[in-house]
Amino acid sequence: MTHIQFPIPDMTITDRREEIIAALAGVVPEECLIVATDQMRAFETDALTAYRRMPLAVVLPRSTEEVSAVMACCHAAGVNVVPRGAGTSLAGGAIPQEDAVVIGVSKLNRVLDFDRKSRTITVETGITNVAVSAAVAPEGFFYAPDPSSQLACTIGGNIGMNSGGAHCLKYGVTSNNVLGVKVVLNDGTIIDLGGDAMDVPGLNLLGLLIGSEGQLGIVTEATLRIIPTAEGARPVLFGFDSSEEAGACVAAIIAAGIVPVAMEFMDRPAIEICEAFAKAGYPLDVEAMLIIEVEGSDAEVDASLARIIAIAEAHGVRVIKQSRSALETAQIWKGRKSAFGATGRVADYICMDGTIPTGQLPFVLKRLGEIVAGYGLRVANVFHAGDGNLHPLILFDANDPEDQARAEAAGNDILKLCVEVGGCLTGEHGVGIEKRDLMGFQFTKADLDQQLRVRAAFDPDWRLNPAKVFPLEGRLI
Amino acid sequence: MSTLYVPASEDELAELVSRAAGTGERFAIRGGATRGAIGGRAEGSELTTTGLSGITLYEPAEMVIAARAGTPLAEVEAALADKGQMLPFEPMDHRGLLGTEGTPTIGALAAANISGPRRVAAGSARDHLIGIRMVNGRGEIIKSGGRVTKNVTGLDLVKLNAGACGTLGVLTEVTFKVLPRPQSAVTLAARGLAPEGALTALADALATPFEVSAAAYIEAADAEPSMTLVRIEGFSESCAYRSERLSELLAHHGAFAPVGDEEGAKNWRRVGNARDFAAPNCAAVLRVHVAPSKAPSILELAQRLEARVMADWGGGLIWLGLGADASVEAAMAGIAERGGHPMVVRCAADTDWPLIGPGRAVAELGKRVKAAFDPQALFNPGVLAGYL
Ligand SMILES: Cc1cc2nc3c(=O)[nH]c(=O)nc-3n(C[C@H](O)[C@H](O)[C@H](O)COP(=O)(O)OP(=O)(O)OC[C@H]3O[C@@H](n4cnc5c(N)ncnc54)[C@H](O)[C@@H]3O)c2cc1C
Repeated sequence: MTHIQFPIPDMTITDRREEIIAALAGVVPEECLIVATDQMRAFETDALTAYRRMPLAVVLPRSTEEVSAVMACCHAAGVNVVPRGAGTSLAGGAIPQEDAVVIGVSKLNRVLDFDRKSRTITVETGITNVAVSAAVAPEGFFYAPDPSSQLACTIGGNIGMNSGGAHCLKYGVTSNNVLGVKVVLNDGTIIDLGGDAMDVPGLNLLGLLIGSEGQLGIVTEATLRIIPTAEGARPVLFGFDSSEEAGACVAAIIAAGIVPVAMEFMDRPAIEICEAFAKAGYPLDVEAMLIIEVEGSDAEVDASLARIIAIAEAHGVRVIKQSRSALETAQIWKGRKSAFGATGRVADYICMDGTIPTGQLPFVLKRLGEIVAGYGLRVANVFHAGDGNLHPLILFDANDPEDQARAEAAGNDILKLCVEVGGCLTGEHGVGIEKRDLMGFQFTKADLDQQLRVRAAFDPDWRLNPAKVFPLEGRLI
Repeated sequence: MSTLYVPASEDELAELVSRAAGTGERFAIRGGATRGAIGGRAEGSELTTTGLSGITLYEPAEMVIAARAGTPLAEVEAALADKGQMLPFEPMDHRGLLGTEGTPTIGALAAANISGPRRVAAGSARDHLIGIRMVNGRGEIIKSGGRVTKNVTGLDLVKLNAGACGTLGVLTEVTFKVLPRPQSAVTLAARGLAPEGALTALADALATPFEVSAAAYIEAADAEPSMTLVRIEGFSESCAYRSERLSELLAHHGAFAPVGDEEGAKNWRRVGNARDFAAPNCAAVLRVHVAPSKAPSILELAQRLEARVMADWGGGLIWLGLGADASVEAAMAGIAERGGHPMVVRCAADTDWPLIGPGRAVAELGKRVKAAFDPQALFNPGVLAGYL
């Protein structure tokens, strides 16, 4: 049994389906409107595939004005809207409902402006994350937040979730890399927030919008900060006999004044799964592995790595493997970035995303292992060690409903543990439907009510992505 | 006579606000009162956070520090320096520019989003603010964010409050992400560049992979030639390499040569704190946030207004000092026309220049967001006027 609840679809809406579709057809051309069941199947779920719901209709507008017209149309008809990018959300953030219209931004995928002097690029938000970096690569720049899903996920989804990635330790997450956005509000009003300058004075609604999971409006354009590509970058692999040693090594590197571009952790099960898939040359006889990458000229990289290796040696590192070529570097990262895909080949899994204070790492890893074992399941851990953002992958059998229920229960226990030790429910994947009912563990009623009031300032009728983020009970409106 | 409140605890503050909700009393929120009227002058009983003081959490290995809002900034910086760390955004000190006295507090850095030269590379105060506790206009104590950097749980009220200048509530505790202090710094200076050429040099410098941590232009004044400055920070051998490569790459703009450590540090304080713009040098001081590609047109306007100028953030932040006869209104309009966002930081004592508003739809939203926190508009009336 899957046990995340969806609200009961509003029959007064579903009964008016034909009429609503006709109204939508009045504001967008036929090619932008998807209503046939078999064609809507692709929009039924996202990367939280255990849950799926058929939408009322799907609209893929081609311009901000069309998004606005569709929003106004839905507003007038009193229909719920689910904004969608590429549908790679792991939290169920983009899953629709029978009484809701999906508005997808995938056709909005143009680069609008590249401003070298300001180091910014302005894009439509249906563009994929990797296409942004590709667009500025010939000019010697890249877009820093790099979710592992970057080949598919969109800037709109990244803004929706405030996504991160392996390289965020040095360059920050999405909200640190967006200067301005164009947004369509629930009634179709088009507004600009932020701008093309740094820290535009005034109330910072931009920062509020980023990570709002499609509940405040649909973002159609964004001006993004781009960063000059480093002269070079090279990772080193460390194998340890225990996760305690690996954790202590991470802390010591930071204490030594070094902030690498990335510090990624994998435990033994994750190493085995990724190595079998990517043939990355990971050591198979260690309990914990770190991938640490530094940037700069060859000489700078050598010097940084020498410092880091000396620290690792003082913390009992057993295997040290430096990348010797671009190919080896690519393989090392391929192993890490395909961790979810590779895990999906050996078992069904749910991916947790809590963050903990890094000092709690050894304790949490131990407890987490006990929790999962207590449910008779297995877990593989990959995570961003520099910032304590865990990704325990709980393995289960999706054909066995009880197994899935156990996996979800174990996941919930892990997230509660993250909050207990001073962390949070989600570091980068978002709340969606997945963690919606756990919000009360992290926030008091007053905290949540404040968020609900702010949400209502944008969408008083709860039309935008309504079943997400906030517990269904106790909503103010 | 106006009242002064100095609540000694979060609970006491919450009670004070709850009581006020029925009485029509309004609050002008202050930290150390060193930063003048950022965002506009507030009216009401003075409420200062200085009674809420002390570092509540510092974990150097996790690069995180938390302190009650009224904690003196100096106390936080000393604690960080003791462990070889720092606030990455190099906050501006307004005292020289505004002629204020007192002790800057950590809470104001968050509330007013106060950054300095390193902002161009490392990000702003807002970028490093990861958690807040606050009292809202209902007298409720609420929190958002926390002590971990990676956190997307719920709406980001942290980023919203950073720069809201106390219009949504009184921050009681703030948590910042910090960074290791760089082992060394090299400042390269080129003298005598014309404004347009200097801005191009800064943009070129920031587009290199050499991790320029600050980039500024100080115009010629009196007998002094103009100064174009870039800074590199990190481990010393790496600084040496990068600064050498950078001066080669910038050579066609002018001779960029290293200055001594002390002179370098002094120059960055001069840029970051905008002391040159203090009275009586300038009658009014404007700070302009602008896309660096549009900075040349702002400098050209400044020349026409015979204003004193300085550019920081590679042209993304421009300081403009107006003489006594120049019209603030005309300067604001001209800046806005050129795509800049002006903010009056200091002007004649009896005038007040609110920010240029954001347009009707955004202002409406702003009003509703304000009401969501502070339904009776108890806090900082007059501040961010056009936005709320
Ligand atoms: C294999 C795999 C690896 C992943 N790795 C990472 C990772 O490393 N880091 C990370 O942070 N995430 C990761 N994710 C999660 C996911 O890719 C991100 O959340 C991503 O940003 C979602 O983008 P999307 O375009 O697919 O958005 P969707 O899934 O379509 O939508 C995500 C949310 O944003 C909203 N939304 C979408 N577009 C807009 C818009 N234009 N305006 C307003 N709201 C909008 C939606 O309503 C939804 O709530 C991974 C996912 C997978 C499947």
